[in-house]
Amino acid sequence: MTEQAITDRPFTAASFQAYMDEGKLMGSRNRETGEVFVPPRPIDPATHGEAMEWVELSGRGTLAAFTSVYIGTTAMIDAGYDRARPYVAGIVELEEGPRISAQLLGVDGKRPDLGWIGRPIVATFIERGEGDKRRSYLAFEMIV
Amino acid sequence: MKKLNRGVAIVGTGMSRFGSFPEKTTRDLFVEAYRDMSAAVDKGFDPKDIEAVYIGNYSSDLFEGQGHTAPIMADWVGLAPRAATRIEDACASSGVALRQGILAIASGAYDMVLVGGTEKMSNLPIAGVTDTLATAGDVLFEIPAGFTFPGFYAAIATAYMHRYGASADALLRVGIKNHDNGKLNPKAQFQASIADLMAGRIARAQQKGLPVPGWQTEMDFMHDDGANPYIAWPLRLFDCSPVTDGASAVLLVGEELARRFTDDPLYVIGSGQASDAAALHDRASLTSIRAAQVASRQAYEMAGVTPEDIKIAEVHDCFTIAEIIATEDLGFFAPGTGHEAAEEGLTSRHGPKPINTSGGLKSKGHPVGASGAAQAVEVWKQMRGQAGQRQVDRDVDLAMTHNVGGTGQTCVVHIYERR
Repeated sequence: MTEQAITDRPFTAASFQAYMDEGKLMGSRNRETGEVFVPPRPIDPATHGEAMEWVELSGRGTLAAFTSVYIGTTAMIDAGYDRARPYVAGIVELEEGPRISAQLLGVDGKRPDLGWIGRPIVATFIERGEGDKRRSYLAFEMIV
Repeated sequence: MKKLNRGVAIVGTGMSRFGSFPEKTTRDLFVEAYRDMSAAVDKGFDPKDIEAVYIGNYSSDLFEGQGHTAPIMADWVGLAPRAATRIEDACASSGVALRQGILAIASGAYDMVLVGGTEKMSNLPIAGVTDTLATAGDVLFEIPAGFTFPGFYAAIATAYMHRYGASADALLRVGIKNHDNGKLNPKAQFQASIADLMAGRIARAQQKGLPVPGWQTEMDFMHDDGANPYIAWPLRLFDCSPVTDGASAVLLVGEELARRFTDDPLYVIGSGQASDAAALHDRASLTSIRAAQVASRQAYEMAGVTPEDIKIAEVHDCFTIAEIIATEDLGFFAPGTGHEAAEEGLTSRHGPKPINTSGGLKSKGHPVGASGAAQAVEVWKQMRGQAGQRQVDRDVDLAMTHNVGGTGQTCVVHIYERR
């Protein structure tokens, strides 16, 4: 039943979010080449192939790039971050190949270190927002 | 190899003063740029001969609550009912408007086209500006991660520094250099070097009897967390282009018509444009901008020239790291060596490859939708020997402009020749 539900969902941002709200990091996989896309893409940009299937990602990867943000987005300011409490946003390279952007947890935004790049990280989900706007956000934690 | 079917020339350029002007709207700014352009056409022109208008504008919708900008700009300079088209490619909007004007003339559809850009950014509080600029990123998959525009380029900086061992000081050097240039540009937002800013603050502290900062060098100032705070580590305030109001205008004609308007036109001999994935994380490289590599390759091929031939370039330094990477993407320096070139002063006004003699987006200002066409204004002045105190000390027969949208989703490159 779960497999059926997975197969039927369209490769859209809404499906990606629905999976995250279920605690799953999901992508699309080109059945012909095995290439994985996160967030899911309906068309493989390299081959133009459309034979996609859903695949669940391990959530493991390494940090490729990051920043410690002192002047944040309105959503992050609402979440309690400011100049005195900067947050870290990163680009993560997943072990299945694709990269994705997410907040990096468990590190001190006031003590950023270029040495974090290349370090192993693992996905987690955080809930943010009030009422109807409450949703899951992807985040990563550094493995120490 | 792709060639234009008809040559295209620039016979006039202009720009408004760049800065923060609470009393001016996008249309006031554009009128100012149009008048400046009109005054620059040596033999004059009849506005009735303008057949079409292409306007770069990123987001008057969000900045000012005004959409459908192009016909307003055309009408406000008296050009209705000419065709008026708005181009929105984020910070590359007016670079792309310039290219659209060039292609329209090259096609034979028009003989004379007005292109330009306009942006009024300072109405919104800084949080509103941050959120509006962030919509040039991927709002589904990047902004929820907390990325801001400084944050994107800061992440590029960490990837670059980690890969090539570059120091944050190389970035700060770009800011110091561009302020040195902008000091000499009467249209620039900051007409002050970093040394001038330091001296001003020291004098103010002395006047008010406050503790006097102990900066000895410009780098002391740049390293001071109070004077130059982090915006998105490793980028500090003076690594970031400012919030700017401004407009730009360029008059294009078919090459064979150029000398009716001036004895000293510029010829657009190369033009290229490319795109890339919406999200920075989806790019093949985090330490270069592929769209810039592709667009510049197209422009070089069309022009039949090489990076060594280019005498000066205006590049898209929305953040200091962007200038360093641009000088590599355009082929001026090998990948991973742009930071050394910046530290060694190779890109200063007196160096072998002057970059951003106008002060660049950093010091001249960055009214996002106007910046691309404003780059052509500097090239026009330098190539015709009209850049005043910041005029480079050599003959500029070939120049380049490089205008990036977003984090590299768009790049447009032009090569100009003086014959």
